[in-house]
Amino acid sequence: MATNGYFLDHIWMIPLFPAAGALLMFLFGRKLKNAVVSTICVGSVAAAFIFAAGAVWSLLHMLPESRFVQVILFDWVPAGSMHMTNGSLMRFDVPWGLMLDPLNSVMVLVVTGVGMLIHIYSVGYMGHEGGYYRFFGYLNLFMFSMLTLILANNMLLMFVGWEGVGLCSYLLIGFYFLKKSAGDAGKKAFIVNRIGDAGFLLGLFLILGTLGTINFHEIGPAIAAGHFPVGAPVMTAIALLLFVGATGKSAQIPLYVWLPDAMEGPTPVSALIHAATMVTAGVYMVTRLNAIFQLSPTAMDVVAITGAATAIFAASMALVQNDIKRVLAYSTISQLGYMFLGLGVGAFTAGVFHLMTHAFFKALLFLGSGSVIHAMSGEQDMRKMGALWHKIPTTARTFLVGTIAIAGIPPLAGFFSKDAILGSAYERSPILWVVGWVTAGMTAFYMFRLVNMTFFGKSRVEHDVEHHIHESPLVMTAPLLILALFSIIGGWIGWPESLWGSDHFAHFLDPVIAHYGEQGASVAEKASRGALTMEYLLMLASVLLAVTGIALAYSWYIKDPTRPERFAARFSGAYNLLSHKYYVDEIYDALFVNRTKDLGLALGSFDRGVIDGAGVNGVGLLTRVISRISMWWDKWIVDGLVNISARLVGALSIPARWLQTGRVSGYAAMIVAGLVALLWYFLHLVRLPVH
Amino acid sequence: MLSITHYLVLSLALFTIGVIGVVTRRNVIIILMSIELILNAVNINLVAFSRLFGLVGGQVFAIFIITDAAAEAAVGLGIIIAFFRNRETVLADEMDLLKW
Repeated sequence: MATNGYFLDHIWMIPLFPAAGALLMFLFGRKLKNAVVSTICVGSVAAAFIFAAGAVWSLLHMLPESRFVQVILFDWVPAGSMHMTNGSLMRFDVPWGLMLDPLNSVMVLVVTGVGMLIHIYSVGYMGHEGGYYRFFGYLNLFMFSMLTLILANNMLLMFVGWEGVGLCSYLLIGFYFLKKSAGDAGKKAFIVNRIGDAGFLLGLFLILGTLGTINFHEIGPAIAAGHFPVGAPVMTAIALLLFVGATGKSAQIPLYVWLPDAMEGPTPVSALIHAATMVTAGVYMVTRLNAIFQLSPTAMDVVAITGAATAIFAASMALVQNDIKRVLAYSTISQLGYMFLGLGVGAFTAGVFHLMTHAFFKALLFLGSGSVIHAMSGEQDMRKMGALWHKIPTTARTFLVGTIAIAGIPPLAGFFSKDAILGSAYERSPILWVVGWVTAGMTAFYMFRLVNMTFFGKSRVEHDVEHHIHESPLVMTAPLLILALFSIIGGWIGWPESLWGSDHFAHFLDPVIAHYGEQGASVAEKASRGALTMEYLLMLASVLLAVTGIALAYSWYIKDPTRPERFAARFSGAYNLLSHKYYVDEIYDALFVNRTKDLGLALGSFDRGVIDGAGVNGVGLLTRVISRISMWWDKWIVDGLVNISARLVGALSIPARWLQTGRVSGYAAMIVAGLVALLWYFLHLVRLPVH
Repeated sequence: MLSITHYLVLSLALFTIGVIGVVTRRNVIIILMSIELILNAVNINLVAFSRLFGLVGGQVFAIFIITDAAAEAAVGLGIIIAFFRNRETVLADEMDLLKW
C-alpha cells in the first residue's frame, strides 16, 4: 500500500482528537479543574488543526489532477444486494471512510483554524461560568461531528456528522437550560433542522437508487455511465430534496427561523456554529454534489433565487434590530443567502470563497460582540451602548476591521468574495445582481449602524454598568487580532484575474467542480467581448453603494441620532413589519406548530376515549361477561354433574342400608331367606325319592 | 298306620313355627325359646329317620343336640342378662348397636 505521507495517511486522526476530548469530558469532566479542561479541549482542536494543516500541505505537493486521498477505517455497513431504479443489481456497502481533496481542504482548515481560535477565546469568555467542562465537551463533540461531516467520503457518513452538528447545536443553544427561552430556542433549532434532514435523507435514497452509490468519488463516474441529460427530472428531484436539507442546516427561506433564536446560546457558540461552521455545511454539501446540481438548471435556479431572496429578506430585518447579536444573526442568514446565490448561478468556487472569508469576519464580529457584552456586564441592547471606542480599544478596532470586511470594501476579504458572486450573478441574470447589490448596500448600512451605535456617538450606557467597562484579557483579544488579520488578507488568495491577480483559490478548487459544456472564459476572451468592462463597472457599483451605505449610517447614527426615530415614526407600518420579523414566527406557529399540537391533543383524546374506553375498558367488560358465563357453567353443569353422581350413589345406597340395620331379627330373616333360596335351587335340580 | 311322613310333617311344622318365632318376635327370650323349638324339631327328625333305617346314629346325634341346646340356652340367657344390665331392654328392635 503506497503511503501519501504521514499526515495524509492519518487524516482519520483529525476528528479523533476532539472526539477524545469530548469523551474525556463526559466521563471525567466533572472532577477536573478548569485549567485541565482547557488544556485537553483546546489542545485537542489545536492537534486537529496541526494534522489538518499537515495534510493540506502534503496535498498541495501533489499534482493538481491527482489531489485526492482516501482512508477507509472499517467496513461500517456490510455489503448487501439491492436493485437500482433502472433495474440493475448493485452491492450496497458503506465504509467508515474519510477523504481529502481541495474542497475538503478549505473546509477543514477553516473549521479547525477558526475553531481553535474560538476555543481559546472561550477559555476567557466562559471562565467564570458554571458547567465549564460541559461547554467544552459539547464544543469538542461539535468539532468531531463537523469534521466527520467534512471529511466523510460518502453521504451516509456525512449524514452522521450532519445530525451530530444538529445535536450539538441543540445542546449548546440550550446550554443555559434553566432559562426557558434558551431551552425553547434549542428545541426550535433541532426541530426545524430535522425537517431539512428529511429532505437530505430522501435525496440520499434517490441518489442510491438512481446511481447505485453514495460514495462521493464514485458519483461522478456513475452519472457519466448513466448518460443523464441536462434537465433530467430525477436529477432535479434529487437536487431539490438535498437543497431542502441545506435550507434547514444553513438557515435559508423557509427554514431560517431557528437562527435568530439561537443567539440564546453563549457567544462563542454563535461564533463557531452559527457563523463559521455548522451553517456552512449546506453550502459544502451542495458544492460537493455540484455534479448533480449542474444537471438540473431548474434546481440551480431555485437555489439562486432562494439565496437571493433570503439575502435581501434577512438584511431588511437586520436594519431594525436593537440586540447586537440579533443583527449579526440576520447578517449571517443574509450572507449565507449570498453563498447560495453564488452556487445557484454556477459560481461554486465563489460560493466557497465567500464561505471562507465570511467565516473569518463573522467569527471576528461575533467574538467581538462577545467582548463588548463582556465589557458591558451582560448588556446586549445597542440602545444602551455608545462611545465605547476609547474604552475597549482592541475590541473596537478589530470589530471595525470586521465590519469594513463584511461591507465589501477593497482590499479586505469581503470585497473579493462578494464581487466574485455578484459578477457571476450578473452573467446569469441582471435581476439577481440587483437583489444582491441592494443587499450589499443594506449590509454596509446596518453593520455600520451597529458600529456607530456601539462604539461611537454619545454614551447611552447605564450608570452602574459604566464603571465596569474594561478591555477583555489577552486570551480573548488574541483571537480577535488573528481573525482581523485574516479578514484583511484572507481574500488575497482569490485575487481575481480581471484585476491582475492569479486567483489561486479558484484554480485550487477547480478539479472538484464538474464541467458539462463550455469552460469559464479567460480574461483575454472576456476583454474582447466587453464583458471585462462590465465586470469593472459592477465592482465599482458595489463599492460605491457600500460607501453610500456607510455614509448614510454615519449621518443617521452619529451626526443626527434622532433621524432613525423620526423615520421609523413616519413609516411606522413598515417599521413594525420589520421589527416583528414579518410575523413569520407567528405565521409558522398558527399554520404548523399549533396544528401539530392540536393533532397531538386529538390523538391524546383518541387514546383516552377509544383506546382506553372501548379498548381497555371494553376488554374488561368482555372479561366480566365471559366470567359470568363461566360461573353459570361451573355452577350448573360442572357442579350439577358432581351433584348427580352424589345423588346416584345416595340412591343406590338406600337398599344397601337395609343390610345393616343392627336389628338381629332382620339378620335372622336374611339367613332364612337365603336358606329357602338354596333349598329351592336344590329341590328343583334334585328330585326327592318318593315312596 | 303312622309312616315316616307324619313325623317329618310334625318336624317341619315345629321347625317352621320356630323359624317364624326367631324372625318375627320382639322379645329375645321368646327368640331363644323359638331356637329351642327349632333344635327340638330337628331332634324329632333325626329320631324318626333313625327308627326308619334302624341305625342308632340318629339317636346318638339327637342326644348331642340336646346337650348343645342346653349349653346354648345357658350362654344365651347369660348374654341377655348382661345386655339387660347395660341397656335395660329385652326387645330385639332396641338392640341395634350393630347399626354403626
